[in-house]
Amino acid sequence: MSSIIRARKLQKSYGIFRVVDGLDLDIRRGECFGLLGPNGAGKTTTLRLLLGLTEPDGGSAELLDLPVPQAAREARIRVGVVPQMDNLDPDFTVAENLLVYGRYFGLSDTEINARIPDLLDFASLTNKRDARVPTLSGGMKRRLTLARALVNDPDVIFLDEPTTGLDPQARHLIWQRLRELTRQGKTLLLTTHFMDEAERLCHRLAVMDNGRLIAQGSPQDLISGHIEPQVVEVFGEPAAEWAHRHAGHFSERFEISGETVFCYVRDAQPLLAELAREEGLRYLHRPANLEDVFLKLTGREMRE
Amino acid sequence: MNHYRFPQPSLRFIPIWRRNWLVWRKVAATSVIGHLADPVIYMLGLGYGLGSLLPEMNGMSYLTFLAAGTVCYSTMNSATFEALYSGFARMHEQRTWDAIMNTPVTLDDIVLSEMLWAATKSLMAGLAVLLVIWLMGLSHSWLSLWMIPLALLVGLTFAALGLIMTALAPSYDFFMYYFTLVVTPMMLLCGVFFPVTQLPESLQLFAAILPLTHAVDLARPLMNGVVPAETGFHLLALCAYAGLGFYVALVLFRRRLAR
Repeated sequence: MSSIIRARKLQKSYGIFRVVDGLDLDIRRGECFGLLGPNGAGKTTTLRLLLGLTEPDGGSAELLDLPVPQAAREARIRVGVVPQMDNLDPDFTVAENLLVYGRYFGLSDTEINARIPDLLDFASLTNKRDARVPTLSGGMKRRLTLARALVNDPDVIFLDEPTTGLDPQARHLIWQRLRELTRQGKTLLLTTHFMDEAERLCHRLAVMDNGRLIAQGSPQDLISGHIEPQVVEVFGEPAAEWAHRHAGHFSERFEISGETVFCYVRDAQPLLAELAREEGLRYLHRPANLEDVFLKLTGREMRE
Repeated sequence: MNHYRFPQPSLRFIPIWRRNWLVWRKVAATSVIGHLADPVIYMLGLGYGLGSLLPEMNGMSYLTFLAAGTVCYSTMNSATFEALYSGFARMHEQRTWDAIMNTPVTLDDIVLSEMLWAATKSLMAGLAVLLVIWLMGLSHSWLSLWMIPLALLVGLTFAALGLIMTALAPSYDFFMYYFTLVVTPMMLLCGVFFPVTQLPESLQLFAAILPLTHAVDLARPLMNGVVPAETGFHLLALCAYAGLGFYVALVLFRRRLAR
């Protein structure tokens, strides 16, 4: 399959700080690709480089077969962007936001007005058509931002943390819409902090840290390739002490984080039997997920 | 791409201008009153009040003398306010520019449209004052029609200079310096309220390089039906301020927004 977004040895520094450090990326037509990483990993800068909004210090990038930033203007005609922070026009109504934004792509008012009903329907905002932006809820604003990114019927959609700050209902509605876009054959490139979001939506993922890709693959491949299949979380005050004495005997690997011990195991039965004998420890047995992979790869310390 | 490269604007600035026009239409009524009330009250209050104490000034009534200056400084003020406060809101607070730059529109288009939009608003401000002047019969000459393109040029000049401040501003408070150190001195030194020749020689030399002086030197003769002296020189000075101001502002915006 041909790649619709391509980066080779892409590099960007701010001062002495390498934000993007030799990045290679191939995103295939029609896939939903997730970029994961802790704060400051370089995700947003990567999106800006791929959109041609920031000049790289080295390497090259192509968007829709056009070199960026050199031909970014042409490339962006067929791209939609959902930014991290809402930047809708507060002075306008919902429909006016779509109309004004469509004009930036060189579309005529007739073309845009013909598309608005479908866009509003897609964003479940039909009855908010004439509402002004400040009166919308956070979820509605996000959906309008998504509808705005579709006004030019793009082939590729960039989404920078599309569901940050939304309640579960609003997130699920956005997820539904993003799946629908994938079904329509659009290519999605999204960044997120939510591992469940990445696991549900993305065909492939890349984990970024310190400006580099440290792992790449489908959610299933990442889980099976980087981590033991089962996790037992042990909670309670004596958990840490218990772990130092026993956890090593029953698990392939364990980590202590505060009053919780994470035991990574292939076969959980011996550990569960041991835990059943211990007084004062609570525990949770679950399959390994993407968050476990993410924490293993990027560590548990805070990034601030 | 280096920040100093020549400006490469495209016709895609037009939809941004239309965006601002649509916003303005929603607040047009209050906006027109704002454009008109302040300068006209100054002109009438000083013109009649102070004018009654004064003999003729340069062969005309003080009110007539003041009329040309009032058009110029209200045009300057309007362009400055739009480029500073409204421009900063669109760039920094509402992040309207960020939204626009995700489309095929570039920063060069945006800065051009900001300059043209601020000039458009200041043209409306200048026209509003001109209309009052014509209705009051303070100017009878057909030459005063040239005030319309002149107001546009003055608007472009001060929009460009204002955008430099917007590109440098960390917050709205920063703009007070510009008003205190640049706009107010120009209003008082460039021949709006009294002829520049009344000033001491050193201040006259200083006034001669300020853009508003060139605007007033063109406006006053036009309002009185006289072809201005050194028209080409004054026009060139205003165009130079506008052109260089735009370029400097654009370079500063490129640097500011190249994150």
